[in-house]
Amino acid sequence: HYATEADRIVIMLRQSLRSASALRSAAKTHGARAMSTYALPSLPYDLGALEPVVNTEIMTLHHGKHHATYVANLNAALEKYADAEAKKDVAAMIALQGAIKFNGGGHVNHSIFWTNLCAPKDVVAPSEASPELAKMIDAQWGSLDAFKTEFNTKTAAVQGSGWGWLGYDKAAKKLAIATCANQDPLSTTGLTPLLGIDVWEHAYYLQYKNVRPEYLKQVWQVVNWKNVAERFKAASA
Amino acid sequence: GTFIQAAEMPIELPPLPYAYDALEPKISKQTLTVHHDKHHAKYVTVANGMIEGTDMSGDDCETIMMKAHKAGNAGLFNNAAQSWNHAFYWNCMKAGGGGKPSGDLLAQIEKDFGSYEEFVKAFDQAGQTAFGSGWAWLSWDGSKLVVDKTIGAGNPMTDGKTPVLTMDVWEHAYYLDYQNLRPDYIKSFIEHLVNWDFVAANLAKVKK
Repeated sequence: HYATEADRIVIMLRQSLRSASALRSAAKTHGARAMSTYALPSLPYDLGALEPVVNTEIMTLHHGKHHATYVANLNAALEKYADAEAKKDVAAMIALQGAIKFNGGGHVNHSIFWTNLCAPKDVVAPSEASPELAKMIDAQWGSLDAFKTEFNTKTAAVQGSGWGWLGYDKAAKKLAIATCANQDPLSTTGLTPLLGIDVWEHAYYLQYKNVRPEYLKQVWQVVNWKNVAERFKAASA
Repeated sequence: GTFIQAAEMPIELPPLPYAYDALEPKISKQTLTVHHDKHHAKYVTVANGMIEGTDMSGDDCETIMMKAHKAGNAGLFNNAAQSWNHAFYWNCMKAGGGGKPSGDLLAQIEKDFGSYEEFVKAFDQAGQTAFGSGWAWLSWDGSKLVVDKTIGAGNPMTDGKTPVLTMDVWEHAYYLDYQNLRPDYIKSFIEHLVNWDFVAANLAKVKK
């Protein structure tokens, strides 16, 4: 029914115009909306999958509370930032950058972290996951054990909160071990993240208390080298 | 009392000013045991190891901390400052503490913050927005009280201020009891733990 179809289109157009107009006035009074919102990614395994290395209680809090809070606070900070941008309030924008770096970094880091881990039974050796990656580790550190020792030493020495990373230096075409403070993402060092180990106390305290080196010794039992290999392949392509 | 050092003596690990279960249920016996006997103790041990055989081996903790800061010696600063910070923190708490202070201290807080409630808001915010491991501080800056937050081992003395109150917001200070709920720990600290007598004594000493 042509007439009805045309009417329908007109009605839809009128509704869109009303919505657009409503959005414009809302934008004027309340500031612009942020471009996008971020969501907490699902864990690729059950909360208990990493037992006994990282227990269910830690995973529940770490993913469901800590990471979720970074996501919520990132979204809130970005809303405020969009608002400040709409008002051309540069001082306010600058004031929000700390919260964006912290919560955005927290979201980025933890999103990588969950994929870097897997159940102990699903772990494969680096040589099986990627002969190329394994060869590079051996070339740069002498052996996988020597690599782990240096990684753990440097990561245990992080003062306060932070992360230990295996990263890829695209320019030098080499692997590198690096540590970052707080939630600073590895991108701030110019390296591409392959494997991150969280050494904020919330990552291990309920199980390991102050004994961070023990957590670092055990965590290799849940490192998902297949994922590390995928990241390495993408970074070194 | 806690900071008197004999010549040529290492930094001391002072005992807690109360029993390990004295702050229950706001801070558990388990937390105080690990926090004091492991974390604080390790900072003292490492700092002593670092100053042994140096010209700082007879200095008190505060002096070592300031010398390390001046020399840009991050490792020694971290351990000496954390030794100082924790010794100060234990004294900033007591069983049945918290609530509103009184006398000169309250008058000064009201003068510099407008009200006790405004101070609480500022101190709470400082604790909540220390993005990582850190401390919230109430310090005398020479003419007034100010609230600061520091990251890691940071101490306002490096800015020339005199701390009168501190609250540890490293996760190890509260994680066993509050998990991710740092705001609840801060609320407990302010409402039930702050040792205002110690804070008042600190303020009186620096204003003299």
